Order: sequence, then C-alpha cells, then structure tokens
Amino acid sequence: MINRNEIMETVRMIREHHLDIRTITMGLTLFDCISDDGGRTAEKVYEKIVREAGGLCATGEKISAMYGIPIVNKRVSVTPISLIGASSGAYLEIARAMDAAAREIGIDFIGGYSATVQKGATAGEIEFLRSIPEALSSTDKVCSSVNVASTRAGINMDAVRLCGEIVKETAYLTRDADSIGCAKFVVFANAVEDNPFMAGAFNGTGEADKVINVGVSGPGVVKTALETIPDGDLTEVSETIKKTAFKITRVGQLVARTASEILGAKFGIVDLSLAPTPQIGDSVAHILEEIGLEQVGAHGTTAALALLNDAVKKGGIMASSHVGGLSGAFIPVSEDAGMIAAAESGALTVNKLEAMTAVCSVGLDMIAVPGDTPAEVISAVIADEAAIGVVNNKTTAVRLIPVYGKKEGDVAVFGGLLGSAPIMPLSRISPVKFIRRGGRIAAPVHGNKN
Amino acid sequence: MKAFITVIGKDKVGIIAAVSGLLADNNINIEDISQTVMQGTFTMIMAVDISGTELNFEELSAELGKAGDKLGIEIAIRHEDIFNAMHTV
Repeated sequence: MINRNEIMETVRMIREHHLDIRTITMGLTLFDCISDDGGRTAEKVYEKIVREAGGLCATGEKISAMYGIPIVNKRVSVTPISLIGASSGAYLEIARAMDAAAREIGIDFIGGYSATVQKGATAGEIEFLRSIPEALSSTDKVCSSVNVASTRAGINMDAVRLCGEIVKETAYLTRDADSIGCAKFVVFANAVEDNPFMAGAFNGTGEADKVINVGVSGPGVVKTALETIPDGDLTEVSETIKKTAFKITRVGQLVARTASEILGAKFGIVDLSLAPTPQIGDSVAHILEEIGLEQVGAHGTTAALALLNDAVKKGGIMASSHVGGLSGAFIPVSEDAGMIAAAESGALTVNKLEAMTAVCSVGLDMIAVPGDTPAEVISAVIADEAAIGVVNNKTTAVRLIPVYGKKEGDVAVFGGLLGSAPIMPLSRISPVKFIRRGGRIAAPVHGNKN
Repeated sequence: MKAFITVIGKDKVGIIAAVSGLLADNNINIEDISQTVMQGTFTMIMAVDISGTELNFEELSAELGKAGDKLGIEIAIRHEDIFNAMHTV
C-alpha cells in the first residue's frame, strides 16, 4: 500500500518541480508509401500519418488526465524521407504532406526529413540534402536531421561541408524570425533510430511500424532532491540522482505502456534524457550548480555533468524494460535558464560546452552564433563534434543557429520551449582549407571491433 | 479501479463536505481519508474506488477541478498506477 508521504512526493514533483512527460512520439514506417509518382507518394504519406497517428493527441490528453501529469509534446517520427522520396525525387512535396498531416492531427512536430550519409551519399541523397533549407523554411512542423558520421564508418567530410552550407542557407531563408529554421535541423554522429526528441527524431529502418517512444523530463525534481543533501559527498549525490531518475523513468514507462495499449502500437523505448525548459526550476545547469559549482561553465563542470549523466542512466535503466533514444542530460543553451544566464555572464563558452558533450548527450545544442559565421566554420564545429562522437562511441549532434543580422552581444528570441539565447562567439581562425579538402575521416581503430 | 484525490490549499469550512458530496453524487466510494493542516495549508488525501462512476477520468478531473476553483483550493485526481509505478520496485 502506498503511503501518504509517497503520494505527496509524487504530487509535489508534478505541481512544484515541473515533472512532466516531455514527449510521446509515435514512430511510423513509410516504406509502404513509396511510389515513383511524387504526388502519389505524398498523398500516401499524408493518409498514413493521419490514419495511424490521428488519435495521438487525444490519447495524450486522456493519459494526462488519468495520471494527472502534463504531457508537453505529441510528435511523430517517420522513416528517413531521403529513402521514401528516392524513387520519385519529390522530397519537398513529401515535406509539405508531412506538414499538412501534422497540422491535421494537431501534433507539435514531425521528424524524419532525414538522411543517413555517414559513409557516402547517393546522387538522390545529395539532392535531398540540398532540399532541406527550403523544406524547413516552407513548413512549420517538419524537423530534419542528417547523420554524417559513425564509429563504424568514420566521418563523411563531404556531407559535413554540405551541412554547414545547409545551416547557413536555412538561417538566411528564415531570417525574418531570428533564423529559427535552424532550430529544426540537427547534424548527428552515431544517430539513434528510436529518438523521441526533436529535431533529431526519425523512425530508423530497423524499427517496427507504429512504435511509441517516450521522453521524460524532470531537472527540477533532481535539483530539489539534491537540495535535501547540501553536505552529502558525491557518492550520496549520485545515489540521490539515481533514486530520483528511477522514479521519473517509472512514470515514463507507465505512460509509454498505456499509450501503446490505447493506440494499438508497440512499446518502443523510454528515453531517460533530462530535458530542461527555459522555465525557472527546470534547468540542468542548476543541477550542476546545486552539486557545487558557482555557475555552470566553471572548471569541474564536465566532471559534475559526467556524474549526473551516469547516475541518471543507472537509476533509469532498471525502471524501464527498454531504454533507448539519446538517454542522457541535455544541455541546450537557449532552452535552459541556467545555461542562458551562464552564457550571458561569460561563464559558459562554446569551448566548455564542447568538452561537456564528451560526457553527456547530446551535443552543441541550440546555440546562437553570429549571423556572419562562414559555412566552413559551422562545418568545422560539426566535424569536431562528430570526432568526439565517433571516437567515444556515443551520439553527438550540432544544432547551431547563425542568427542572420545578429552579432556577439545580441540576443536571439525563439519563443516557447525553444527559449532565447545570447549570441555566443566562435573562433575566427579559419578552418576553410581543412573543410574544403573533402573526403572521409576513417573509422577509429576501435570502430573495427569484429 | 482505484485512484487518489489530493486536496491542497488554505484551510476553510466545507472542504471535505464539498468533495465528498461531489463524489457521492457520482457514485464514487471513499475508502480512506487522511488530512493534515500544516502552517495553515490544508492537505487531504482520499483513496477512492471509481469503478461505479459513469464519468471518465477526464470528466472527473474537470469536475473536481471546478469544485476546487469554487473553494479556491487545488483538487486533483490520479489513477493509483502512477503512485505504484513510482514507489515500488
């Protein structure tokens, strides 16, 4: 029998410490929609999304009422469109069908305008990659991702170069809204196929059809738990985070299972990522500060983050039958009040953030940089992140926003969950020759495991 | 089907009467009640059986929310599964 304290603990986590389900994401395969006729493919894509995911929002509301917990986002992820549109070449038409379907069923975002080109790209895939800026600027809800590297394949530097250009063009095309199109585009190394979080969600080719993946949240809950042990040593800190992560993840597992049953879908995974929001009391940075840093960005940040990430995983893994996705602590600058404050005060730099990405998921995320940053510099940032991911056998990602017309000292405002961000400087030393060489960076020795 | 109702707010006359009246009207049996007042904040937990009601969870939650608004307190209902999931291994 559940006791009074346990009941009140759950209630407090939800009403005072921002415990919520960040997303219920339905993965759909679109292979059955392929046709050599672009119009027909787009039509089938629209019909399938509306048919299979039409009940997603109502289900979310129902579960939210049943357990009294907010479910912030309802999303759909689909098979990479580079594959679905390969026969017809009608990538943009499919993007518009995805956007229309997403609007029709009322979801927040749809992911999967994606390609995996870690080793090489076909002519069709290159055409697809070049369509991304227009797809992002002419739709509202479509998110895009490109996997440019893996521990097995190494880094496709031609794709890295192209992605820098995609980011710049998208920034230009969405210049009227602080280049927000770039917030819907992420470049990965070691992308996962079951990620429920945007902008990087797609339903990988190894996935089943109609799969429910759930992302939990709860930085505020972790911070509050740590406030009860102000003088505990780091073993106690880790144990406290583990116990809290267990509880948070159990809610994710419950919601994922219930949603799968109601929707007649398969249960995929629970993603353990601690996802912050710009709201006060929902910050990963503030957890690190509670652990003992004056401000995030101080020396010691990487170690504290490594501890946090590890403890979240250890606590969460036992709480769910299938853990997957990105599963770590997110450090998106614009979406985290503590990160924004640290970036504004100069405590947090891009270099420190890069070091942090070596020990947590997922990468340089939602960082606003000067609008005049050359494409090659963006590509070089992507290459650095990819190298960290490839060598450390982990997922890394880059979601930079070179805000058109803005420079260091200005602020970019994206609104809602995407928040706002001070423009952070990047190094002006040129990597142009390195990026223009092209070719591939070979897989590391430990990528050859067999 | 079992659920827990939590009532949190400033203590005043008639809270239990209002909540239990609403539950009785909707054929919901109260199995257990515990309440405390700490520093002026009233907290009540009710274990209820909702198998007899015709309202679904969304409707029930909305009804309780409305009653809470009238009294200026927060009334929420949650299926017992969320508590079991979170607090049992």
